[in-house]
Amino acid sequence: MDNLLSLVTFLPLIGAAVLMFFLRGEDEMAVRNAKLLALITTVATLFASLFILAGFDSENPGFQMVEEGAWLGGLTYKMGVDGISVLFVMLTTFLMPIVIGASWKVEHRVKEYMIAFLVLETLMIGVFCALDLVLFYVFFEAGLIPMFLIVGIWGGKDRIYASFKFFLYTLLGSVLMLVAMIAMWYDAGTTDIVRLLNHEFSSSTLSIMGWQIAGGAQTLMWLAFFASFAVKMPMWPVHTWLPDAHVQAPTAGSVVLAAILLKMGGYGFLRFSVPMFPIATDLMQNFVFFLSVAAIMLTSLIALVQEDMKKLIAYSSVAHMGFVTMGIFALNQQGLDGAIFQMISHGFISGALFLAVGVVYDRMHTRDITAYGGLVVRMPVYALIFMLFTMGNVGLPGTSGFVGEFLTLTGAFKANTWVAFGATTGVIFSATYALWLYRRVVFGDLIKESLKTITDMDGREKLLFAPLVFFTILLGIYPSLVLDMIGPSVSALLENYNAAVGTVVETATNATAAH
Amino acid sequence: MLSTDISVILPELLLAVYAMAALMWGVYSKNTEAVSGMILWMTAIVFAVFGAWIGFSPEGTSTAFNGAFINDGFARFSKVTLLWGGAAMLVLSREYLARNNLLKFEFPVLLSLSAVGMMMMVSAGDLMAMYMGLELQSLALYVIAAFRRDSLRSTEAGLKYFVLGAISSGLLLYGASLVYGYTGTTVFSGISSVVGEEGIGLGLLIGLVFLCTGMAFKVSAVPFHMWTPDVYEGSPTPVTGFFATAPKVAAAAMFARVLFDAFGGAVAEWQQILAFLSVASMFLGSIAAIGQTNIKRLMAYSSIGHMGFALMGLAAGTEQGAQALLIYMAIYVTMNVGVFAFILNMERDGRPVTDIYALGMYSTVQPGRALALAALMFSLAGIPPMVGFFGKFYVLTAAVNAGLVWLAVAGVVASVIGAFYYLRIIFVMYFGEKADPMTGTMPVLHWVFLGGASAAMILGTINLFGIPTLAGLAAATLLR
Repeated sequence: MDNLLSLVTFLPLIGAAVLMFFLRGEDEMAVRNAKLLALITTVATLFASLFILAGFDSENPGFQMVEEGAWLGGLTYKMGVDGISVLFVMLTTFLMPIVIGASWKVEHRVKEYMIAFLVLETLMIGVFCALDLVLFYVFFEAGLIPMFLIVGIWGGKDRIYASFKFFLYTLLGSVLMLVAMIAMWYDAGTTDIVRLLNHEFSSSTLSIMGWQIAGGAQTLMWLAFFASFAVKMPMWPVHTWLPDAHVQAPTAGSVVLAAILLKMGGYGFLRFSVPMFPIATDLMQNFVFFLSVAAIMLTSLIALVQEDMKKLIAYSSVAHMGFVTMGIFALNQQGLDGAIFQMISHGFISGALFLAVGVVYDRMHTRDITAYGGLVVRMPVYALIFMLFTMGNVGLPGTSGFVGEFLTLTGAFKANTWVAFGATTGVIFSATYALWLYRRVVFGDLIKESLKTITDMDGREKLLFAPLVFFTILLGIYPSLVLDMIGPSVSALLENYNAAVGTVVETATNATAAH
Repeated sequence: MLSTDISVILPELLLAVYAMAALMWGVYSKNTEAVSGMILWMTAIVFAVFGAWIGFSPEGTSTAFNGAFINDGFARFSKVTLLWGGAAMLVLSREYLARNNLLKFEFPVLLSLSAVGMMMMVSAGDLMAMYMGLELQSLALYVIAAFRRDSLRSTEAGLKYFVLGAISSGLLLYGASLVYGYTGTTVFSGISSVVGEEGIGLGLLIGLVFLCTGMAFKVSAVPFHMWTPDVYEGSPTPVTGFFATAPKVAAAAMFARVLFDAFGGAVAEWQQILAFLSVASMFLGSIAAIGQTNIKRLMAYSSIGHMGFALMGLAAGTEQGAQALLIYMAIYVTMNVGVFAFILNMERDGRPVTDIYALGMYSTVQPGRALALAALMFSLAGIPPMVGFFGKFYVLTAAVNAGLVWLAVAGVVASVIGAFYYLRIIFVMYFGEKADPMTGTMPVLHWVFLGGASAAMILGTINLFGIPTLAGLAAATLLR
């Protein structure tokens, strides 16, 4: 099939259109049909995306299944996947049925809810498949619209503040990227990402109003892209929108946000910042290291004092994303492999943790940690599953969390020992806050009156967690499944990067390039 | 040759004749109420037909009256945009006018006269012709701003518009006289050749600045925007809708015409002026609207901000910039037609409502209309994949390619600030406080325009309906 990627991308949109135009009424039957149709669409998308996985040649570091067509003047509609993006597409299609399943209990404006999520799925897959700058930007930005509505309409009581903050914060980052994209178009004469990857942007020192800017145009463009991806990621200190958005979003919204939307930032670094602006990346390496380590240490400490379960997990996400940026900017095979692995694994683990919070929230309607305690007595299955993902979050060997953290730390150690030292403290902190959370919620005596009647997970909830449990353990004990797919693309990326840096800078970085 | 000259200005001539005939019909008819409705419909049809006629007329540039009147691709593109935008607003205004006892035959007649003026403006090849067109347009608009005679606000709006408009005309004329004094001609091509040969001296520069000031009044660019919010608020809503569409296109096109045709050799001189107008308009349009809860005032500030973006294309001073300006205006008119199709029906118990909080939880009352308006708001905010984003994208591209990166950065920052108030309308409709539902019923025709405009905002992503190509051809004729 020639247009498999387009099919996978737009299948959810077709489902959304069918929902919007053909489903009428507010009665129980219509609500049920809306849920079923959304579920069928996402499952169908998952199956269609399996063909991508089947047809993907992991030996080939280039772009595969490329589709190209003319679009508005000078722009192209170009889609394709390589080793870096294919797994994110799979992650998205894999998680969406779970997200829809997790929303089965939604009662308020169900049809619109499902439409919003289906549209969001299209846009998320589009981000990972787009091979044209502007196409990428359109998908990247358009995702704000459904997410704004999801947080705003189905969110908690401070949803208005959270939705506006989320929207405007991320928009401000992105528009600067837009200007940089236009400048790239002007400079290279194309918006085709494949051709831009081979274009060398000027890196001679610029002088703007007396300021000497090392790395010149590359640095400026790098900073513009950084503004967007750092907010999206989110990196400390521009992470403050994330806890707000997470706390106010409905469970399914939190899952999508943590598991997929955050990954767009990391993906952006890998697709644009590192390969297209190698000189600037080299210059900015220490800056990113600093921010990453600060994120890991500070947000871990902040997570320790949270009273709200979702907020705690949100801060832990920021810390884990710190490992990702550290791995990416370590700029060696282990670091990059680890960063991608960490993103995939974090997709499963953080998604599952937010789902786990959703399970008790559905029953008790509070996320206050102090409102819980001793859940293990009444909810043994829940305690087991929550434990597994807590351990995954800590990075216990045997879970996928370990592989990502270990590889990024190895990569960072090779690049800069002190960075690895600082980041490792984060591992300890993460154990502290995650285990402490677990202790306070699950262990202890069941003394609260309100918890005496709480019921354990039902069949639907167990079914939702089953695939996540499976993959968290599978990737923990057999990481090659992922690493073999991303390896060739990552080494190709590194080769180009080292070549670009090596020809210009005759310094210590050359030693890294040599080996 | 008089006959060839006349054939070039035939559409304007016929429209003027039509306006007078309609006036006669209105004056001498007994049953004014019914006749007014008919004249309004006829005028809309005439606008639409003239738009189609001009749009499908053969390509090529022809001039009349020794270069005082130019009929080229640029003029035709602008005329089609303004005529169709005007026709849409006319059709939409009928219900509102009838409900508020404003359905008088003078309304369509004045609008057709102003349309003649606007067509003159975009086709002008001479400072005098330009001024004639501008004044014809403005005088007609002053009257319809005060069309609700028994309303204090409407008459205030008309008077304000008139006084400030007269000042701006005065400035424009003063600039024109300086330009004439220093170049010895009022024809654009003559001015252009003098500028090309001798460069732009101090006197000519001052003339240029005054010209720009006068025209900045007409496009309501900051710092000459003061009249806009008051006039938008005070005028009857259909008039506001009309102000937001056709005259803006005409003024922007005239601005481009003067700068490119007459002062095309001195881009560097006026680029700074335009860049300043653009930045100031974008920021003021974005920031001042935050405090507004009256949707008409909000749309006024929105139009100031949008004109700032359109002027960014002009500031680029390139063919690409002119193309971006035309694309932006076409998209802007479409968005405004859709939004005003909605605003015209905002009423409760027969009284117009303009408070945005009256839309509280509108999405539960009228999901379809709320969705359409939300799409338009996202488009006005410039969020992809809506077409409004591509309008911004084209002007930003033009600015960056012309080396005005700082202007592009300022523009996108302003657009983020501006996104706030568009989002607020969506927030009010989708998750705000519940308000008393509005009782206004929406005629099918309004639904068609609202739904059509919002569908265009989404479907346009595919290829923008070919507008960029047409605008590119049109812009090419401007920069011969």
